[in-house]
Parts: sequence; structure tokens; C-alpha cells
Amino acid sequence: MDPARKRKIRLVVALSVAVLLAVGLVYTSFSASTEAKEPSQLLSAAPGSSAQLTGRVVVGSVTREGEGMRFRVADRDDAGKSIPVTYSGTVPDPFRGGREIVLTGSVENGVFAGERDTLVTKCPSKFTTESSPTNDG
Amino acid sequence: MTASLGSVALALAFLTAIFAAVAALLGREGRGRWVDVSRRAVYGLFALLTLCVVLIELAFAGDDFSLNIVQQHSSIETPPFYKLAAMWSSQEGSLLLWAWVLSIAASLALYATRGKLREIVPYATAVMAAIAAFFIGLMLFAGGVNPFAGLSPVPADGVGLNPLLQHPSMMIHPPMLYSGYVAFTVPFAFAIGALITRRLDASWIRSTRRFALIAWAFLGLGLLLGARWSYTELGWGGYWAWDPVENAALMPWLVGTAFLHSIMVQEKRGMLKVWNACLIVATFSLALLGTFLVRSGVLESIHAFGDSTVGPYILGLIAVVLVGSTALIVSRLDDLRSPKRIDSLASRESIFLVNNLLLVALTATIFWGTFFPLISELFTGERASLAAPWFDRYTTPLAILLVLFTGIGPLLAWRRISWGSAKRVFLVPAIVAIAVGAGLALFTDAADSLWALALFAFAAFALTGLSQEFWRGAAARRSLSGGSMPAALVAVVARNRRRYGGYIVHIGVAVLLVGVAASSSFQTNRDLRLAPGESAVVDGRTVTYERPTVSVDNNAIGLGAVLGIEQDGKRFDLNTERRYFRPTGTGGGTLSSFFDGEATSEVGLKAGAGSDLWSAVQPNITALRRRVRAADRGFRACVSGAPGTPPQCRAVSRLMRAAAVNPSLRPAALAQIEGLQAATAERLARSYLDDEATATFRVIVDPLVTWIWIGGLIALSGALIAVWPARSASRRPVAGTELEALKEAKYREIRDAELDHAAGKLSDEDFALLDAELRREAVEILKA
Repeated sequence: MDPARKRKIRLVVALSVAVLLAVGLVYTSFSASTEAKEPSQLLSAAPGSSAQLTGRVVVGSVTREGEGMRFRVADRDDAGKSIPVTYSGTVPDPFRGGREIVLTGSVENGVFAGERDTLVTKCPSKFTTESSPTNDG
Repeated sequence: MTASLGSVALALAFLTAIFAAVAALLGREGRGRWVDVSRRAVYGLFALLTLCVVLIELAFAGDDFSLNIVQQHSSIETPPFYKLAAMWSSQEGSLLLWAWVLSIAASLALYATRGKLREIVPYATAVMAAIAAFFIGLMLFAGGVNPFAGLSPVPADGVGLNPLLQHPSMMIHPPMLYSGYVAFTVPFAFAIGALITRRLDASWIRSTRRFALIAWAFLGLGLLLGARWSYTELGWGGYWAWDPVENAALMPWLVGTAFLHSIMVQEKRGMLKVWNACLIVATFSLALLGTFLVRSGVLESIHAFGDSTVGPYILGLIAVVLVGSTALIVSRLDDLRSPKRIDSLASRESIFLVNNLLLVALTATIFWGTFFPLISELFTGERASLAAPWFDRYTTPLAILLVLFTGIGPLLAWRRISWGSAKRVFLVPAIVAIAVGAGLALFTDAADSLWALALFAFAAFALTGLSQEFWRGAAARRSLSGGSMPAALVAVVARNRRRYGGYIVHIGVAVLLVGVAASSSFQTNRDLRLAPGESAVVDGRTVTYERPTVSVDNNAIGLGAVLGIEQDGKRFDLNTERRYFRPTGTGGGTLSSFFDGEATSEVGLKAGAGSDLWSAVQPNITALRRRVRAADRGFRACVSGAPGTPPQCRAVSRLMRAAAVNPSLRPAALAQIEGLQAATAERLARSYLDDEATATFRVIVDPLVTWIWIGGLIALSGALIAVWPARSASRRPVAGTELEALKEAKYREIRDAELDHAAGKLSDEDFALLDAELRREAVEILKA
């Protein structure tokens, strides 16, 4: 076989493998992803549907009981819409009322039950200048 | 004063950057005077931006709260070290840092290339100056990000620096990342210059290789420090979370790694020119994207950076860079074609190509995962995100293959290697890898995770192969010049810094990935609820909650615990604490406010070569809070002068009444009340000791995690060796012309082949063939 032809075949094979892998990647990413939802969207969600809750912890709503904790999470832009949340597991340092969180879990009986150790709290990073409201946590 | 001086300096810097760009363009086609002028303008830019940085730092050091940036990110109480580092905790400060570091990198690059690359330099200068002008322009015109914005009236104290960020590595981490991002501008600018002028040989690469390597090392150090900070400061015990901002820094590092490898192929063989041009454009764009991501808030991240005004502008710059560079590369495709082909699959260049493809695939995967929320919103209308398991699934196999190739690459010679030579260099590493794999599978639980087992075996292969390279190199050296083995080792490394520095980087990366694999696959992670005196067993270690602790200082109240650990018959204590920071500038608030500020974990860590024991505490402060609230009520009743209040109360309420009438008494009164409250808060905090309350502990046994930091440091020292100029090079006259540079490169190639032959990597026949080929090429260069 002449070298040019050989190279072409090699290129085609390599490209097909790459395309196959890319398709697999794209396919699994759609099935493995969880939808990020705000409390207002979850209030009307079907029971048992799993999601990634994003929103702001309602100031003054955090209570600890035994192993776990309860609090309410409200929409980022609409503090009026909030959902009660139960959670146990690691609590990141920056967690407290007024902070934005991301939590994986599912809605059961109108309560969002967070999966263990999935609580992510956004760093009140150096890049924000908000002076934080006081609260418990 | 500072504000107006600084504003003038910044405005001058902006004009200087534009002038440098224009002068550089006037200096194209060999008008040397303008080139000199533009280079000096870049030096001037560096001087002006240095002045800006010094002014800001002086303002921080001197608590000059008339500057908004100081008031927002520092306070009188902020420790001096953090005052100096607080500059880059602000948006405007980090933009200034970007521009300043760019001016340093550009000045160094232009100084190093003065009198050389006459065609490329004007365009490279123009690109760097234009990018500097862009960032300075952002500070001046984007609104809200001018570092010299003043405040009036001048507040008495600042907001202070977020306590979470008051950690040594957090202070070095941002400038390291930024230096990494910024230093990639230099190879990018020279690549653009080379494309415009069609000077597409390896000269632009030779001149900027060091900058790419330095950028790579800075970025790597930044990533390492960030991981370390997360591990010791964030209270969750992990070091990597596939967070968008982490990914944003990892992506340019990975593509930069690919670039550093493939430019060697262009230097040595004149191949992969299109690929290299694409890689450096991708690296620089990803570096800009990293800057953009931390500024925009388009993705959900644990780093909430707030919506900012500069995001859209940076996005615009990325678009310009991508479109412009792509158009440029496409229009130069004919000049970028290389007549040469890769000789054989069993050659170093073909392994470099494979490693490049792996790194790019890894980056593409991470890119897809990072931006998936935007992609899915586009297609399905719902924002969905991908979690760590998805990233792990794809990155694990790629990382394992990469470890294998860090071992294979160094064992192969350039151009081709015969079966006989291959057998000789691969035999020992392969045997060791199989033995290590089998041994771990038989005698440990490593087989529980097949991925980890594969990685350990491949790492054993890589480490043995690399040690063999050092050994054979030193032996070859010794047979030439005698001396002891260690001396020969030092000599051979010193004489071939690029090669052996690179090998040391490979060793570091293999060690680091062993640490990552072991600590992520075999970690024991327990949440314990213990009352004082109770114990639990975590992975063979007895953990006893000995006693609660309380510490009080000016900034924070710490509630902690002493844990007694019994491990292999040895006993030691670990102290861990949760610190509740007082919000600053809220004088005269309630006692509760002492427990309402930021809280951070002080991790109790016993690091070891075998495993780390990591612990953090979550004290139960329910009872304490009740007492604090009661005290607050009591204090309110007290100052309202209710009947039956003790005499101190009457004194306080008299003070407050007096302050209400006479404003000049307010500060003194507030200070007194605050002092009273602080004393009460301290007394209340101490009562936590008597609560005997249960506390929740997170205890992690993390095997081999220490090797992540050690591996990272090994890799960095390797990069340092590779960057360090060789002694012989400084004695030899600098390659002034293109011809000399070519001769130099060919000479180095011949020497490399000789070393490979002496070290037994090339068989006699292989070497004879290669040597003849190289000498023929050298003669051609001399004839030209």
C-alpha cells in the first residue's frame, strides 16, 4: 500500500474513534446530569423527582436536630418562594443563612431531602463586596 | 493624594500601552528605531504599573480608607501580611495584577529578544501592548473597577478580609494562577507575529519556550496551592471538586502541557506547525476564559464571584482572539505544511503526538462538563449540571494512560527505535510494573479498585523507566569522565537540563497521580457524634473525644476539641476547632452577633507518608446559643434601666443616654459597650466547656495524600531545572542569527543522540543510521 493511502486510512480510523468517543461523552452527559432547579420550580414538581436545588438559604431558618439539619431555601431573586429542606452530612464552612447553595436530592411530601454530603455552599468570595446579613448557622 | 496620583499613573499607563502598540506597528519591516521606541515604551509601561501597584500596597499598609479598594478588603485589625495580599482579593486589584504581570512578562520577553527576530518582534510587541491596553482600559472605563476610586467621607475602618481567605496559600494562590495565565501571553503574541510574517520555522518557539514553561509552572503551583487550601481550610477534606473555577485553571494547564511537548517536535523535526499554532491559541484563549469565568458568574460554582461589569468585555476579547487567530492560521496553511512525516510509531515524536491527543481529549471532556449547564440550556431549555462522578468516569482512564506515556516517552529516542533497542529499555520497567501490580493485588486491597491498581502499575513502570534513564545517563557520563556515580548524575543533569528537568517533572506527575488515585479510591470517611470521653474506631484507629476547648482572641471565638488518637500502639492528640469570626464594623450589636460571622474550620491534621489522619469538628452550640440569646435579652433590659437592675447597668444606660444627646461621646461609649459585650461573650463561650455537649466530627483516613504535595513539588523543581539557563550557554555567544540558532539546534540534536547511544537507549545500528542522517542535515545547514 502506498504511504499516502495508508496515512489516509489511519486518519479515518482515528477520526472515527474520536467521533465515537465524543458521541458517547455527549450521550452520557445528558443522561448523567441533574437539572438545577430553583425552589419555585420544585414546589410544583412531581414527588420523588430528583434535582439539584439552587437558591439562597433563608436567614434565620437553620435548625439542627440530631445528626441533621433543616432549613428553607428561597429563589435567588424572589425570597417569597421557598421550600423546606432536610440534610445531613458535611456542612461546608461558608454555609449559613443568606448564602447561595447547591444541593442534590429529591422532593418528598413537599420537603426537599438532600443527599448526604452533597451540600455545596458558594464562597462569599473575595470578589463580592456584599456585607453579609447576620443570622444563625 | 494617592487616588489622584494613581489615577494619573494608570491613565498614563493606558496611553503608553497604546503608544507602544502603534510604535511597534510602525517599526515593522525592519524600521529598527520604532522597534526600539516601542520596546522602551513597554519598559515604561512596566514602570508606571509598578508605581500603581506600590501606591495601592502603601495604601493597604497605611490603612488609607479613603480608597474604596482598601476600605472594602482590609481593616485596621487585618494582620499586616494579609493587608499586603488583600490587593488581589478585589476585582480591580486583580485586574491591576493582570496588567502588571503582563508588563513584567512583556518587558522580559522583549529584553531577551532585542536585536533578534526582527520581523516577528514588532507584531508580538503590538499584540502584548494591545492586551495590556485592554486590561488597563477595563479598569479605567468599564465602571466600578478602578483601583483608585476614592471614598468620601473617609470611613474610620474597613470591612476587613474574609477570614476564609486568611490562609497563607490563599494569598499566594491568586498571583500564581494569574502569572500563569498572563505568561502564556508571550508565546501567544510571538506565535501571532510568526503567523503574520510567515516566519514559521521554530525561531518563535525557541525564543518563548521558557515563558511557556514558566507559565506552566506558575499555573501548576497555583492549582497545587488551591488544592492544598481546600484540603486544610474548607472543612470538607477534599482537594478537588471539579468546580468550574478549578476546571478553568486546569484546562489551560493541560493544553499548555501538550504545547510544551509538541513544540519540541517542531524544534527538532519541523513538524506539527499547524498543531502548535492551534495549541498556543487554545491555551491563551483558555487562560482568558479562566479569567472570565471567575469574573462572570455564568456557571454555578462554589466560587460565587458576583455579577461583574468586566465579564462581557473579556468574552469579547476571547471572541476576537479566537476568530482572528483562526483566520490567520487558515490563511497561512500553505506555509505551515511540513514536508516531513513521522518516521515510525516507535519514536518519541509519535508518543508526543499520542500524549497531545490524550491531553486535548482530557481538556475537551472537562470543557464539555464545565459548560454543560449552558449547553443543556441551549438544547433542552433546562440548566442541568454534571457532578464529580461524571468527570471521574472520563478523566480516570485518560489520566491512567497519561501516566503510562510519561513512562514510555522518555524511553524512546527521536525518529525511530528498533525492536532490539526497545526490548532493552522496556524490559526492566515492564517487569517491575507487573511485579508491583501483582504484589499489590495479592497482598493489599488495591484490587478493589481496578483503575487504581492499573495506575499504580503504570506509575511503577514510569518511575522505574525514569530511574533507569537517570542511572544509564550517569553511567554513560562516568565512563566518559570518571568520578563517582552521584557526581556523574549531577553532571549529566546539569549538562542536559531540558531533558532531565523534563524527566523530573514526569516523576513528580507520576507520584502526584499515585497520591490522587490512592486517596480518592481508598479513603475512609466517617462522621462521628461523640460526647466528651466517648470513642469510635476509624479504619483501625481509636478516636477519643478527650475534652472540649475554647479560645478567644480579638477576631474570633473558637470552640474546639482535643481528639486522642491511638494508632498502631502509638498515642497522640489532634486539636481541631471551629472558629466563629466576629463581623467587623458592627460595633454595639448584639452578643449573638459574635457567633454570626463567618465560621471556619481549623483542621486537626496528622500528615504521614503512609496516610493522613484528617479531622474537623462541628460543635453543638444549641445550649450556648440559648444562653447567648438570654444574655442579649438581659442586656437590653439592663440598658433600658428596668427596675431592679444592678448598678453597672445604670452606668451603661447613663452612658448611652449621654451619647444619644452628645454625638462626640458616641465612639467612646460604643467602645465601652463593645468591650463589655466582648467580655460577656468570652465568659459565655467559656461556659461551653461545662456543657459536655456532643459534637460532630468528620474523621478521614486518607492514604498517600501527602504524595500529592510531594509529587507537585518534585514536578515544580523539575520545571525549574528545565528553565534554568545552562552554564555553557551563557559562556557561548548568544545565537544572534537564525542560522546560528539552527546550527545550535542541530548540534544539540547530535549530542542528544550520542547521549542516547551512550546510555544504551539506541543500539549501535540505530545510532549509526541516525548519526549519519543528522550529520547530513548538519552539512546542509552549513552549506546554506
